Amino acid sequence: MKLSDLNIDQNAVVEKITCNEELKQRFYSFGIFKGATLFVENISFSRNTIEINVEETSIALRMEEANSIEVTPKG
Amino acid sequence: MTPMKIVLAGQPNVGKSSLINAMSNSRLKVGNFSGVTVEKTQICFDHHCHAIEMIDLPGTYSINGFSTEEKVAKNYLLDKDYDVIINVIDATHLTRNLLLTLELLNLNKKMVIALNMYDEAKKEGIHIDVEQIEALTGIPTVAVSATTKEGIDELLDIIHTYYDSETRIPLNINFSDTIEEELYHITKFFEAKNFEYKDYTSREMAIKVLFENEKFYAKIHDKPIFAQLQPILLIASEKIYTYYETENINDIQTLEFHSIAHGIKSETVKRDDAKLPKQFTKKIDNILINKYLGVPIFLFFMWGLFQLTFELGAIPMDYIDAGFAWLGEVVGSTIAHEELRSLIVDGIIAGVGAVVLFLPNIIILYIGIALLETTGYMSRVAFLLDGFFHKFGLHGKSFIPLVTGFGCSVPAYMATRTLKNEKDRLITLFIIGFMSCGAKLPVYVLFIGAFFSQEVAGNVLFYIYIAGALLGLVMAKALRIFVFKGEDEPFVMEMPKYRLPTMKLIYMIVSQKAWSYLKKAGTFILAASILIWFASNYPKVDSDNLSVQLENSYLGQIGKASVPFFEPLGFDWKLSVALETGLAAKEVVVATLGILYNVGEEVTEDDDRLLAELKKQIPFATAISFIVFVMIYLPCFAASMVFAKEAGGYKYLGYLFIFTTTVAWIMSFIAYNITLALT
Repeated sequence: MKLSDLNIDQNAVVEKITCNEELKQRFYSFGIFKGATLFVENISFSRNTIEINVEETSIALRMEEANSIEVTPKG
Repeated sequence: MTPMKIVLAGQPNVGKSSLINAMSNSRLKVGNFSGVTVEKTQICFDHHCHAIEMIDLPGTYSINGFSTEEKVAKNYLLDKDYDVIINVIDATHLTRNLLLTLELLNLNKKMVIALNMYDEAKKEGIHIDVEQIEALTGIPTVAVSATTKEGIDELLDIIHTYYDSETRIPLNINFSDTIEEELYHITKFFEAKNFEYKDYTSREMAIKVLFENEKFYAKIHDKPIFAQLQPILLIASEKIYTYYETENINDIQTLEFHSIAHGIKSETVKRDDAKLPKQFTKKIDNILINKYLGVPIFLFFMWGLFQLTFELGAIPMDYIDAGFAWLGEVVGSTIAHEELRSLIVDGIIAGVGAVVLFLPNIIILYIGIALLETTGYMSRVAFLLDGFFHKFGLHGKSFIPLVTGFGCSVPAYMATRTLKNEKDRLITLFIIGFMSCGAKLPVYVLFIGAFFSQEVAGNVLFYIYIAGALLGLVMAKALRIFVFKGEDEPFVMEMPKYRLPTMKLIYMIVSQKAWSYLKKAGTFILAASILIWFASNYPKVDSDNLSVQLENSYLGQIGKASVPFFEPLGFDWKLSVALETGLAAKEVVVATLGILYNVGEEVTEDDDRLLAELKKQIPFATAISFIVFVMIYLPCFAASMVFAKEAGGYKYLGYLFIFTTTVAWIMSFIAYNITLALT
């Protein structure tokens, strides 16, 4: 399942990140890497952007970027 | 004595700039949105009589970050000479901040950790064992708060002592057992060989080779020991690759850093579960970035801001206006020489007065924008609007420079550096001018005042701004389709916690802006005013008729020469001249009109008189057409220079001139003819 398929208030664990090194580095510095737990806080009206919480930091990303994060929903 | 050079490095939104402010009481802009501190800033002050030079680097999440400003920070940290790094850390986001700390440690420079927002952490029920952080990282650590000034003196003392000390504290971070084992072998090898490089310890060199530091490799590649080092390294790497099931050393380092950061956090941070920190921000976000309410609320804020600018600003404007009229009269009565009096009263006082008049409007607008920036609302807006902006070929982050453009194009152009992608940045740069800047406001206010009733004035102003913004978006799409084709920048950004800025902070931001506006009025615009006064009074003609004098002046000649170009838009030579002088600065448009329409008056330019004159002499359709042209055409001289710098060359300024003039002409032509047809 992709991060972009999740809904608001869902928890998930990151399985795999499939994107170029640059973007991966940015994900890493926000604590998004294999095994990290995330929580979907908000999704914008048009489903263009998604706000997730990782290690107490809120991060906004576009659905295209969220597409490159594979997750397993939890709880 | 050479000053000690201190570099502030840290992630965005950790309060680096406010920390500098607290340390030096300097005037620096502080923002709660990634990328407010765009340029490196240098300030000097004395601490125990030692001059300190501070360099405030742009916030960077990682040394290997991808945005232009992250690269500025990286290049500085790697290549420049400095004495001590202050790593500013947000105490409420320890793990994430420590990742950068670990990267910075690998630079092998003297470093001090400033644990900022310590007061906020305490309020959120986060207890941090500062001594333990110091023990685990080996780095002098001070808990500080830029807001309460707690720990600031201690921080300065520690920096000073460390700067004076001869030796640097060696890097001593514990990696996982697997890594440590290999580090042990390589360290032993360097020790046995007695190999030395700079002030690095054997362990530091071992870490560098194990994590494939390219720069260090380049240094030791030609050394004889390299041949013997290679087999040891090969075995070490092999073991690590097998253990981590990947050959990507960057991924391995990231995982290591993450577990180290987690380790440090779990050993140093205790949290009261009773106080849940996220609640406040979460509650506000439930409303402000609500699916349905978010965008309307934002538009309401913007609308309210423009209403305030116009309505509230009108009150002090009357006083300023009267003040300058009085000044002109008083000064004028003391000067006997007619031409000199004309220069001082009609040229200088009238010109500068017309500029100062709009200071209240500008201050109110800037307070609004400063609030948007410092509270953290800006990034919410980017989240809300990215879907929308992306459709127009822009980035959600483009919103920040664009909104800043409503204040002044100069900082707006500079704020585009947050955009990593060259094309995204250029498109944003090109359309910033469509967001009417504060200096265009005087022109709008003047024309709205002359041609619309007081009741609808606020609304008309709002429509002008919205129309400009929408046109800008359409142009962005056009540029994206026809000129800048290519891939989009990824949108991954932090949403900082909401923070209430202090009055002092807002005061500092706004007063800085207001001063720079006034300085512009005092220099550039004053010079332009005198030039215009001269051009409109000379060469002298033998006629008592003042309008004849003006028509034959240099200014009149220039205006007349360009009339064929402006005629289809309904402009006479006076309006044409005003537009041309507006290239120097938009405020000058008003000053020019003041001079052109108030000729023959003994007294200085009077707002009501100018309004009446405009109303009498300019047809309604021409006024509309003029507003449209001002809305679109080239920004002021200063902004144009910044644009050229940010876009990467003067040729872009040439493109901008052609682009804006063409669009302005076409749109004004349309507006003129539609208005003519309707009235």
